[in-house]
Amino acid sequence: MVLMQGNEALARGALDAGVRFFAGYPITPSTEIAEIMSVELPKVGGKFLQMEDEMGSLAAVIGASLAGAKAMTATSGPGFSLMQENLGYAYMTEVPCLVVDVMRGGPSTGLPTNPSQGDVMQARWGCHGDHPVIALAASSVVDCYNLTVRAVNLAERFRMPVILLSDAVVGHMREDVTLPEKIEVVDREKPHVPYEWYYPYDDSTTAVAPLAPFGTGFRFHVTGLTHDRAGFATTVPAEVDRAIRNLKRKMDRFRHEIIQVEHAHLADAEVVVAAYGICARAAEAATVEARRRGYRVGFINLKTIWPFCFKLVQRVAETAKAIIVPELNLGQLVREFERAVCDRAQVVPINRVDGETITPRQILDVIGELARPGGGA
Amino acid sequence: MEKARELNPSELMHEYLRHKKRFPHLWCSGCGIGTIMGAIIRAIADCELDRDSVVMVSGIGCSSRMPIYVDFNTLHTTHGRPIAFATGIKLARPELEVIVVTGDGDVAAIGGNHLIHACRRNINLTVVCINNNIYGMTGGQASPTTPQGKVATTARYGDFERAFDLCDLTAGAGAVFVARGAVYYARQLEKLVAQAIRKKGFAFVDVISQCPTYYGRFNKFKSPVEMLYWQRDNTVNVKAAPKMKPEELEGKLITGVLADRDYPEFTELYDELIADLAAGRK
Repeated sequence: MVLMQGNEALARGALDAGVRFFAGYPITPSTEIAEIMSVELPKVGGKFLQMEDEMGSLAAVIGASLAGAKAMTATSGPGFSLMQENLGYAYMTEVPCLVVDVMRGGPSTGLPTNPSQGDVMQARWGCHGDHPVIALAASSVVDCYNLTVRAVNLAERFRMPVILLSDAVVGHMREDVTLPEKIEVVDREKPHVPYEWYYPYDDSTTAVAPLAPFGTGFRFHVTGLTHDRAGFATTVPAEVDRAIRNLKRKMDRFRHEIIQVEHAHLADAEVVVAAYGICARAAEAATVEARRRGYRVGFINLKTIWPFCFKLVQRVAETAKAIIVPELNLGQLVREFERAVCDRAQVVPINRVDGETITPRQILDVIGELARPGGGA
Repeated sequence: MEKARELNPSELMHEYLRHKKRFPHLWCSGCGIGTIMGAIIRAIADCELDRDSVVMVSGIGCSSRMPIYVDFNTLHTTHGRPIAFATGIKLARPELEVIVVTGDGDVAAIGGNHLIHACRRNINLTVVCINNNIYGMTGGQASPTTPQGKVATTARYGDFERAFDLCDLTAGAGAVFVARGAVYYARQLEKLVAQAIRKKGFAFVDVISQCPTYYGRFNKFKSPVEMLYWQRDNTVNVKAAPKMKPEELEGKLITGVLADRDYPEFTELYDELIADLAAGRK
């Protein structure tokens, strides 16, 4: 067991997952990740680069990934806004990379040293155009390690950027953690065809189109323009349609592999507290305390927030009377719960935007309003 | 690639262009970009670079469409960011030869910050800026290199702003190699690009080019040929310049190698650091 900070565990996870390239720009509360990577990467033959801004950071990350390296960046809200441009490029060109957003209060410069969950919808819809998203949310130091490994693996497996959301509290707090001794590490699939047969966007024979690193003889084209299977720009309606739908198809097909949710006591729950990130800790504590007091309360911790776990929430809504959704924003992911539940259960948001975290007490108070000890109305 | 030297010019082009790509290309007739593409290809052949090891990176605009046509590893990126993408590629795999093709709007406006920092960082890249003094792809708006008083669709009454001298800018920012060429002097350009490729460190080549469709029409050039004559009549080779009187040099653009100096290269410094750490020296 070691005492570790969230950002430190995140950097450790990235290194263990095989990340060998980091480009970033200093921003609170994510900076420790860059600082640690600058020290550790050259020790393992990896490369660290402090860029002139966040647009350049993600551009360098995408370039390094195309050159074959597992690559990442880390930022916070204002930098995440600047990265949307090249994040869209990575979705469009299907280049694996990890983008960490250690959330702080916004909008704009906001509250640099306080936690927030204000970037949840930006993670989903921050860049223009239709595109799939994988976003994970860390609620503890050990999560910072495990979910970083998972995020890098998902990026490599599905050949796309993966967003890992943390926040000022998760990133900066220190906890005793036991890191796993062995982890699974996934490497992107490379083509096994003759050079002239390679189509970088052809996934007709494999689940995800293999990606050849630059400089290995395949000499293909990459563009942010809507492209055909060879990678060249197209405006032919059928090819455009295929290109955009294929991005989504990949997500739909592997949704079950991507979504990771922890839950407890759902079977008999009258009220379910569903949370992610830092709020999941208060939610868990409130659930334990409510159970002790005899309330039938269940708990969900969404480790994957995008794609959203619609099926699970729909199932919960069949049996539970209410779902409480605590968030450090004015209600972002709660809308997905409302869409999934469709009035079959009550969806009750708890929101906090004063730079402080939601407490177990706050959640317990709401549980008390919605349920009675022993259950039943 | 010893063979490349023996090929005649058209065979050489055929060797380096993507045969399956839809030609003709998208550039207007009279545009300077094709000539520059030819010069870059001849320079790459002259440097005997293996096609598999060449990465051509571009941003957004007319000039940035060049990577479509050439048979290398090619990357058409976001507006203004090609140098940043190229930096990531080069640092991740220093053995690759990374050439950035960009335009004046791409590299000096939206990408200006990446340009000056790349000069400062001194990572081994070759950047060729096709400088036609206007935004061509979006229809002729003023760029950071539109000369003061010249007309564009967003400067109908003449541009108020002073133009950037991109060679002064990059030399000032610390680029170890800075050169200016012109479409009119295609053979000189080829040599300048080859020198830039061979130079270890960040090399910048500013190429005076012509956009007859917008810049030419708006600014009373009767034909692309007249624009090429303008290039001939308004440039002075850097070797001839010292012998000329100040009044003869007024308003003239100096061509040739304008800065050539040595400074430790970023990827080499980084590899030394990795070696030092591995050997316990740091």
